Amino acid sequence: MLSLKGLSKRFGGVVAVDRVTLEVRAGEVHGLIGPNGAGKTTLIHQVSGSLPADTGEILFEDRDITRLAAHQRVRGGLARSYQVTSLFRRFSVLDNLALAVQARSGSSFSFWRPVAAERALFDEARDIAARINLKRVDVPAASLSHGEQRALEVGLALATRPKLLLLDEPMAGMGPEESKRMIDLVRRVRETVTLLLVEHDMDAVFRLADRISVMVNGRLIATGAPEAIRRNDEVRKAYLGDELAA
Amino acid sequence: MSGILFLEQTLNSLQFGLMLFLLAAGLTLVFGIMDMINLAHGSLYMIGAYLMATLAEATGSFWVALPLALVATALVGAALEVSLLRRLYERDHLTQVLATFAVILIANEVVRMIWGNQSLMLNPPAGLTGPVTLPGGMQYASYRLLIIGVGAAVAVCLYLLVTRTRMGMLVRAGASNREMAVAMGVNIRRLFTIVFALGAALCALAGAMLGPILAVQVGMGENILILAFVVIVIGGIGSIRGAFVGALLVGLVDTMGRALLPIAFAKLFSPPVASNLGPSVSSILIYVLMAAVLFLRPQGLFPARG
Amino acid sequence: MRILLVALVAAAFPWVMHALGQDFYTSFATRVLIYAMAAASLNLVLGYGGMVSFGHAAFFGAGAYIVAILAAEGITSLWIAWPVAVAGAALAALVIGAISLRTRGVYFIMITLAFAQMMYYVFISLKAYGGDDGLSLPGRSSTGLGVSLSNDFVWYYLVLALLALVLFLLHRLLHARFGRVIEAIRENETRATAIGYPVYRYQLLCFVISGAVAGLAGALIANQTSYAGPTLLHWVQSGTLMIMVILGGVGRFWGGPIGAAVLLVLEEVFSASPLLGPYALHWQLPVGLILLAVVLFAPQGLAGALAKRSQ
Repeated sequence: MLSLKGLSKRFGGVVAVDRVTLEVRAGEVHGLIGPNGAGKTTLIHQVSGSLPADTGEILFEDRDITRLAAHQRVRGGLARSYQVTSLFRRFSVLDNLALAVQARSGSSFSFWRPVAAERALFDEARDIAARINLKRVDVPAASLSHGEQRALEVGLALATRPKLLLLDEPMAGMGPEESKRMIDLVRRVRETVTLLLVEHDMDAVFRLADRISVMVNGRLIATGAPEAIRRNDEVRKAYLGDELAA
Repeated sequence: MSGILFLEQTLNSLQFGLMLFLLAAGLTLVFGIMDMINLAHGSLYMIGAYLMATLAEATGSFWVALPLALVATALVGAALEVSLLRRLYERDHLTQVLATFAVILIANEVVRMIWGNQSLMLNPPAGLTGPVTLPGGMQYASYRLLIIGVGAAVAVCLYLLVTRTRMGMLVRAGASNREMAVAMGVNIRRLFTIVFALGAALCALAGAMLGPILAVQVGMGENILILAFVVIVIGGIGSIRGAFVGALLVGLVDTMGRALLPIAFAKLFSPPVASNLGPSVSSILIYVLMAAVLFLRPQGLFPARG
Repeated sequence: MRILLVALVAAAFPWVMHALGQDFYTSFATRVLIYAMAAASLNLVLGYGGMVSFGHAAFFGAGAYIVAILAAEGITSLWIAWPVAVAGAALAALVIGAISLRTRGVYFIMITLAFAQMMYYVFISLKAYGGDDGLSLPGRSSTGLGVSLSNDFVWYYLVLALLALVLFLLHRLLHARFGRVIEAIRENETRATAIGYPVYRYQLLCFVISGAVAGLAGALIANQTSYAGPTLLHWVQSGTLMIMVILGGVGRFWGGPIGAAVLLVLEEVFSASPLLGPYALHWQLPVGLILLAVVLFAPQGLAGALAKRSQ
């Protein structure tokens, strides 16, 4: 569904992403792990289009999207969430979701008809709120708890009806209880959406992912089923050693 | 002929650029460290020039009046910072614009109440009223040479102050990363009052030096303020080096444009076209320069923040 | 309810002033209405779109100059001059916006300022059209309908109607999809892109609409005073429009009009009032002090303070 071919990105002298070639198959949850500074988030930025690729290409459903702008990729079915929660904080939960629904349903160069009259937008926004388990939909997004904000973060991406969703550390900053709820949410999402999941919570990744890729110093050193990754010597040495051995 | 013209215009550019640097240096530090848009910076320039003119009249000496005017303006700046501006650092840019715009109105009016509507005369120091002959036989106003000398000396002092002293290090730390500076235990409040007073003194110096060349009048700060903003945006906000390079660049482009473009246009176009086009193109040249710099390097030439 | 009251007062104003023998104030009120339109246009980009344009006088002044230059060339018809003024201002906004919107934050503020200064100096150097002195109009635009705009009553009602129309259209726009999107971009540009909005295009269109409305206000101010001069384009004019918006309330619907009215009334009271005697010359001092008081005590602007009180 998504294939990266020799993708690179350097910042000055630092090579953040080094010739990464990666295949995400339709229907799978593909985990992407690696120590801090391995280049995972840079890679997500490149795939979502917020950073240009220096070299290499990105194919999405066999279409070359390397040069497409970020918003065009979203329209094509490639959505993302952010590591640091990124919401319309002063808007209500419902308005947040309705805006995302609006983005993909019809033109928004519309200057006359009040949005409030568009029932369909808000009906769908309510559906998504229910899917991500948010009950309070009329309060400003900023007033939600951290866990609820993270759920809304995923909900905004879902509202664009993606085929592939890039989740950048959805469990970031969560307690065990909140993490559990997020894992449940990701499980429900995966039934309809292919996922590329970047996560620091190893436990979560190994439970959720069908296949896992490991990035170290900008390079992809292994891809395989969770069991194979657990046993992979190079991975243990380069990265997992300090965490799994502990 | 053309060689002499060129040399003369180069000296004029240098003089204008160095004076702009005096104004821009304080502005860029205030902007860079406190992320504060201070439109009232031009008012300090005006106040400095008025104080200078008055003190020169009272003491009868340019050189006695100059340090007094600098200190007095620095005090005015510090008072302004402590009483008002300090409350604005945490507010957004729009609030800062509103408040410092109000300060411009108030400053203009207070100056008008004290000194009246007439512009003031300020004479150059005795002995520097005439031209001197430069090596090569060129005649050049001696007072303008003094401006260049003073500007260059201050630029060197500022450079040493910022790169070699503890205060300078703190200022640079503050400009590139304010949280870091606070974490290092810097007394940001006091540091900033000092920086602000210093910026005010530099404004006064520019006002005092330019006073004999330009008119000392209400509103003199408004136009030059925008030029100072152009300078710091070109140079990169918060960077003293950027302000220096930006100021010289703006001085050069503006002066050379005004001197040379009409000549060039006269050769290229018919007289009526040239006489319309010349002034118009040369007066917008620095804004074109700024737009071009921002377009190519959105953070300015020497970005202070990483 | 409140809006009906405002409309009623606005409609009755010239008659009341006429009855009181104070026709001067009808002309003053017309000026307030024109600045209310200009400030409302700035509030669209600044308050709703989050684009801090420090060069809005460029579009205001362009509208005024276009009407004046066309009049100097013998074209006084409202039906030609005003649409050209609006289109010219919109075009200027398109070019300036297309370049400026590639920058962000303080740099956007400064680059819009730079473009406005360019326009200022270009118009100053147009010696054929008055240069420093500006350009006088022979009179107000002709309607071709047998109604003369030189009648201050007619003129007042025309400006009032146009302001009402502009505010109505802005209100529709802000509550329609487009308005939601530009507010969303102001709140969080990155997120707006990530849910599929081409941010640049929305911002640019918003900038152009705002420029066009400012151009209309400019066309009106040239008619109001029968004059277009470079001060209309000076950065202090941009600053004044910005002050009106901030004073009234950034991103509040009535912020622009309220700010324009309050600032101009303050100027009028302190500069013309016989009650201040010789001190009326120094009207900028009390105005400056009042602005400072607003900054310190009403951070949401006057519209914000009003909303808080009525809650």
